[in-house]
Amino acid sequence: MSNPNARIKKVKTHISQNEGLIFEKSRTGTRAFHLPVADVPAPAAEELVPAHLLRHDDLEGLPEVSEPEVVRHYTRLSTWNYGTDTGMFPLGSCTMKYNPKFNEWAARLPAIARTHPLAPEAAIRGNLRLIKELEDSLCEITGLDACSLQPTAGAHGELTGVMMIRAALEERGDPRKYILIPDAAHGTNPASAVMCGYKVITLISKPNGLLDLEALDKAMDDSVAGLMITNPNTLGIFEEDIAKACELIHSRGGYVYMDGANMNALVGVARPGDMGADVMHLNLHKTFSTPHGGGGPGCGPVLVKKELEPYLPFPTIKRNPDGHSSFDYDRPKSIGRVKAFYGNYGMMVRALAYIRALGPDGLRMATEIAVLNANYVRHHLENDYDIPFDGPAMHEVVFNDKKQQAFGIRNGDIAKRLIDYGFHPPTMSFPLVAPGAIMIEPTESESREELDFFIDAMKSIARECEENPDFVKAAPHNARLGRLDETAAARNPVLRWKPTEVAKAAAK
Amino acid sequence: MANYPDDLQYTKDHEWIRVTGDSGRVGITYYAQESLGDVVYVDLPKVGVKVTANEPFGSVESVKAVSELFSPVSGEVVEINEKLNDSPELVNSVPYEDGWMIVIKLSNTSEVDALLSAAEYEDFLNEK
Repeated sequence: MSNPNARIKKVKTHISQNEGLIFEKSRTGTRAFHLPVADVPAPAAEELVPAHLLRHDDLEGLPEVSEPEVVRHYTRLSTWNYGTDTGMFPLGSCTMKYNPKFNEWAARLPAIARTHPLAPEAAIRGNLRLIKELEDSLCEITGLDACSLQPTAGAHGELTGVMMIRAALEERGDPRKYILIPDAAHGTNPASAVMCGYKVITLISKPNGLLDLEALDKAMDDSVAGLMITNPNTLGIFEEDIAKACELIHSRGGYVYMDGANMNALVGVARPGDMGADVMHLNLHKTFSTPHGGGGPGCGPVLVKKELEPYLPFPTIKRNPDGHSSFDYDRPKSIGRVKAFYGNYGMMVRALAYIRALGPDGLRMATEIAVLNANYVRHHLENDYDIPFDGPAMHEVVFNDKKQQAFGIRNGDIAKRLIDYGFHPPTMSFPLVAPGAIMIEPTESESREELDFFIDAMKSIARECEENPDFVKAAPHNARLGRLDETAAARNPVLRWKPTEVAKAAAK
Repeated sequence: MANYPDDLQYTKDHEWIRVTGDSGRVGITYYAQESLGDVVYVDLPKVGVKVTANEPFGSVESVKAVSELFSPVSGEVVEINEKLNDSPELVNSVPYEDGWMIVIKLSNTSEVDALLSAAEYEDFLNEK
């Protein structure tokens, strides 16, 4: 093979400066600012700071650097980043859509960004109205009756939802023992059920990857609190028997929890409430274009049918006859608070900005394009990569590495080579029901041009697997770093910099 | 086939048990470790914990995923493999020897009859 990189179209090698840790740049006495000598007596630190918060180690390890050093350090690091501002991020199940800058403008408006969490209600009428309008919008989008924006992540919303199911059943006299979860459901569901004291019964999907109604019928009795289901499921396939499944669960006194992780396939087109779900969560960072954390604040709203409304986290927000919204603390059946104050307000602002900027028709169109894009990728790659579960894709498509295994290539090798082509890899080895999975979710953000770059890259890699498998197995070749030893990193993680350890390592 | 020794009994969840007298040593099969990939952490119960057949007794974490470990039989955990704390890779390299996980004192030895022989387990794998 001549030049193995000749087929790469999207990226070229560009300047990428080496950069050590900021701790290693430190030189004693370096400062970003020089302050004038104080012209008033300086109080002792002990008088200002509680004793248990004072450090007495001479700030060992705190880097001493100048302003340009700090700015260049972080700017260089930022050029190593890959995000939705750089290109397609086809990480299946995560809905890595582009986050419009309009959201950021709204969230940074001083009147919004500078609200004090302890401000009296009369001073935050606008904030409360904004929260209420987001709750109303999310209720309309999901077909459910009431909402709490308190939970701060999807899994947190799940936990809150199952707690409400438990509270409702307890009031009926018996919380029941089990929760049913299909094997194609979202990964955090079993943890939420167990945290609420339930045992999980896994329902094995039919060969086509869909919920098995017969298995559900057999498993559902009066010891089962309900069903947790993801729709479309983690294979990106719509659960066509969802209405029948909900009916069956309800007829035997259970509740249906719907995981909203894949809501990007439904917004504006179909509503979980209409399908029969009693409670669900949304991931604002997936479906409604708020940032994907980086460990930062999140929001995982939980929505319920009327019947479960009394159990919502405390306080809720009610609309008064005078048109103002206010906190409602009179919630005797509430499961209690699940977050200090009322969750992460900045995320609510961004989500509402997104919903209002698109409007009902725009939201529907976004969903349609998300589904179209996934099917476009599926159609163009179906001869190059094996598809474990048939059926039209919704917002994402799951391939596997079966064809490439013949050449000794596994899905992880394909992912590494894709980095050379300028793309963030898709989700690997999930869902577990599809061994060797390569899960691709393009989202609605991608133009046809970017999708074609991606498809070309995947096709080219499929050819490389046949022609030059060893080259693929050693990828990435064009990244800053070559193949990393992920196993060693997981077995012996080094999670923080310590001056003594660095000195020790240097002495060796 | 050497990958599935004849002196072990197997579960459909890919655990093995070597029964001697009224106790049995438990681990995961060659197929299980191969599917998981490099094992990075094994979460085992404490000695003295009661386990139930077909119920989880711990979990195993690989670079790909975390999977539950299911007990082949009911009884009490009388020994755990402390070596796995520092050397989880033993589960990959020698799954039937030093990669074992727990020893269970069986409360009902007849449960062993419900388990698969090496040949039956291999047939089960081939059907997958």
